[in-house]
Amino acid sequence: MKWDYFYSRRLHSLLGVIPLGVFLIMHMLSNFRAFEGGPEGFQRQVEAIHNLPLLLFLEIFGIWLPLVYHGVYGLFIAFQARHNVNRYGYFRNQMFLWQRITGVITIVFVAWHTAHTRLQVALGNITVDELGQQMHAIVTNPIYYILYIIGIVAATFHFANGMWAFLVSWGITVGPRAQRVSSYIWMGVFVIMSVLFILAITAFANTEFAGITG
Amino acid sequence: MAVAQTEQKTIRLIVTRQDSPDSQPYEEEFEIPYRPNMNVISAFMEIQRNPVNAKGEKTTPVCWEANCLEEVCGACSMVINGKARQACTALIDKLEQPIRIEPMRTFPVVRDLIVDRSRMFEALKKVKAWIPIDGTYDLGPGPRMAESKRQIAYELSRCMTCGVCLEVCPNVSENNNFIGPAAISQVRLFNMHPTGEMNKEERLDALMGDGGIEGCGNSQNCVQACPKGIPLTTSIAEMNKEVTKHMFRKWLNT
Repeated sequence: MKWDYFYSRRLHSLLGVIPLGVFLIMHMLSNFRAFEGGPEGFQRQVEAIHNLPLLLFLEIFGIWLPLVYHGVYGLFIAFQARHNVNRYGYFRNQMFLWQRITGVITIVFVAWHTAHTRLQVALGNITVDELGQQMHAIVTNPIYYILYIIGIVAATFHFANGMWAFLVSWGITVGPRAQRVSSYIWMGVFVIMSVLFILAITAFANTEFAGITG
Repeated sequence: MAVAQTEQKTIRLIVTRQDSPDSQPYEEEFEIPYRPNMNVISAFMEIQRNPVNAKGEKTTPVCWEANCLEEVCGACSMVINGKARQACTALIDKLEQPIRIEPMRTFPVVRDLIVDRSRMFEALKKVKAWIPIDGTYDLGPGPRMAESKRQIAYELSRCMTCGVCLEVCPNVSENNNFIGPAAISQVRLFNMHPTGEMNKEERLDALMGDGGIEGCGNSQNCVQACPKGIPLTTSIAEMNKEVTKHMFRKWLNT
């Protein structure tokens, strides 16, 4: 099959929302259990996820493959642009640049984050019941904690600003007023999601999480 | 020159020059006598009359393109003090000095400030930015156009293919073939026309093709920079909508 520019770009755009955007929100909500319910609440949430039917299938088609496509093709897009914010410092041009910067940060962060969570489970180094403990060990290291916050903020920005662009690229927000209102809404979403994620990650630093082995 | 030589006001220009399409660009500074109401074009004419640079050396006159001198032809587009615009409406009195002038390097430079905008005309051919009206017999008058539509169409029709929107677009460069904002907006114009509408699928197919509308990354510099104030980003989003609908129609109906 001939490599089709149009469909590959549209697929990239769609996958960023479904399933990746949906996954990010789910991930945020389940992490928030750590803040809301402490180690026990988080533990129940982890178990609920692990009791989902066809879990590996959902992971592969709902997360891994879309992530690899969106990430790899996204890097290709990001490095093709000829950035000119220094000359044309308009708001949307800055957002255009940040969308690409945060995309690169996010992909590095996701790879790193997966390496010491999901990959460790897959390798058998930790069990799913020890994930809370694992996160506690990571975020009590101040450097890791800061890197996590940078990664989280980058990911939520990339998602929220990406949603703004998605609505334009699919022809949903057409006029300048619609696009302006959309900007406000998605920047609001960015702030709210960042706060919720940071509350969750900070909750893991609580000593309650240190001893949970399940 | 009638202006007195004592305490004469001058204008300083730093021009990025290039002798041939393959040679290296270099900067050359000029200092020319000031006259009231000058624009960048008349400054170039002054250099043409007396091709001597600021060091007092004789040099070749700066090459530039210009036609209408009233910002409707688009020929004299160049980068003036960091912003892509037309030289004819770049008034010396309103520019910070030294005035830095560069060619629009998104396009291949022919010489000095002359660039080759063929890419734009190829894009217009690609999207079929015209209305086919020829038949083997008299087709008669076309359908009427609603006034509300005509007003939008008039705005879109003011595009002069000047190249400023491509120059400021971070997604247009020599390593891709993105058609750019101007051609996308022209699809909107011709698909809006009651006769042009009869061929709208062909144009939407072109937008779905290689280098088509997906090349847009929503940096929205085009709409900020367009000298004619054409709502380019609205055109792009509108065409995104049309292309989305066209895509689903094609999937479901064939």
